[in-house]
Amino acid sequence: MAAGPSIDALGQFRLATSLGPIGAAVNFTNANLMMVLTAALVLALFGYGMRARAIIPGRTQAAAEMGYEFVARLCQDIIGDGWKPFFPFVFTLFFFILFGNLVGLFPYFFAFTSHIAVTAALAVIVFGLSIIVGLVKHKLHFFTYFMPAGAPKLLAPVLVPIEILTFLSRPVSLSIRLFANIVAGHVLWEVFAGFMLIVAAALGVIGIAAGVIPLAINVVLVGFELLVAGLQAYVFAVLTCLYLHDAVHLH
Amino acid sequence: MIPFLRRLASWSLAAWLALAPAMALAQEESGGMPQFQFSNELTTSQVVWMVLIFLVLYLLLARWALPQVSSVLEERARRIAADLDAAKAAKAEADAAVAELTAATRNARAEAQAEIAAASRSAREAAAGQTAALNERLEAELREAETRIDAARAAAMGALREVANETARAMIERLTGHTPAPETLAAALDHALSTAKG
Repeated sequence: MAAGPSIDALGQFRLATSLGPIGAAVNFTNANLMMVLTAALVLALFGYGMRARAIIPGRTQAAAEMGYEFVARLCQDIIGDGWKPFFPFVFTLFFFILFGNLVGLFPYFFAFTSHIAVTAALAVIVFGLSIIVGLVKHKLHFFTYFMPAGAPKLLAPVLVPIEILTFLSRPVSLSIRLFANIVAGHVLWEVFAGFMLIVAAALGVIGIAAGVIPLAINVVLVGFELLVAGLQAYVFAVLTCLYLHDAVHLH
Repeated sequence: MIPFLRRLASWSLAAWLALAPAMALAQEESGGMPQFQFSNELTTSQVVWMVLIFLVLYLLLARWALPQVSSVLEERARRIAADLDAAKAAKAEADAAVAELTAATRNARAEAQAEIAAASRSAREAAAGQTAALNERLEAELREAETRIDAARAAAMGALREVANETARAMIERLTGHTPAPETLAAALDHALSTAKG
């Protein structure tokens, strides 16, 4: 391809150090800067937004309370009895991913949830926590989880490996789902935007007119990406609650 | 919801796979997806920083922000419950007052009815007594009048006998020339008067 606009769909995921020489010295990346921004936004909503502590809430406080009750109900419904200790963790996880996804939608910002290393680390934290909770709560009895109750003992050699495999696939599916969804959306955006520039550069006036089509597709994709950002954070939180439920109650 | 999620996830994955050739092209130019460049130390360092940031966020939320939210929510729930209790108490009080009022009204009505009945009964009795007394007086007067009439009649009858006696004697003397025996005259008079009277 000759010089001119081209599609570089993956450049947006490239890591770099941020905060100048200090960041470079401690390998503080642009993804980490977005994480700090995300954390600051979450704290702004739930700390600063609640400062009025009003009986009749204002807009920001109402939003904070809705977020709190949404996650609280999620934990109550899915984890069931004994949900309270896990609530802050699920809450942090949900809003860290949700705000991270949303921050990543802004042009020139960085979507840290588009990195498999990040989503895998989050999934491993969830997976590790569920195993630790299961072992602390049920001691060695926890391993009966891998033998479905009521199944004939004769089938154990088949069932137990399947159950273990299913169990081990949890962090894999959890991390790939989030990573793939965010990457797919951002790549689509980049591809259509690049396509618009290529068409406009190559076909002149007709090209500029035709470039409206990929632009329109990108506008529609904004709405779609907003949906995916919310939905994937929700799915991550729901599955986390589900795994914690299994750890606390063993099925 | 769940089938929808699944469809969405598969759609995203399909889109991703469809774009794989385009990305492969880009990969050749830039050396693969940055996400899979695990030799890049920034790929791992961002995870270390993330764990730190996540931990700080978790602690700040769990220790500072979330207790604030929950205390506000609890305070509101407590306030609403207290207000509801107060409203319930006020309603019970109002109900009791209404019941009391109804009972008082019923009692007053019953008392008034009883009084009206007593008054009308006594009035009726008094009227009956007066009527009886009046009847008695009228009857007595009637009896008195009858006795007076009887006396007057007897007196009139006595006078009539005298007149008849004189007249009969005078007529006989004029017709026959001799005076009749008073006994015969008396018997004939008695006979005539009794037949005339009968």
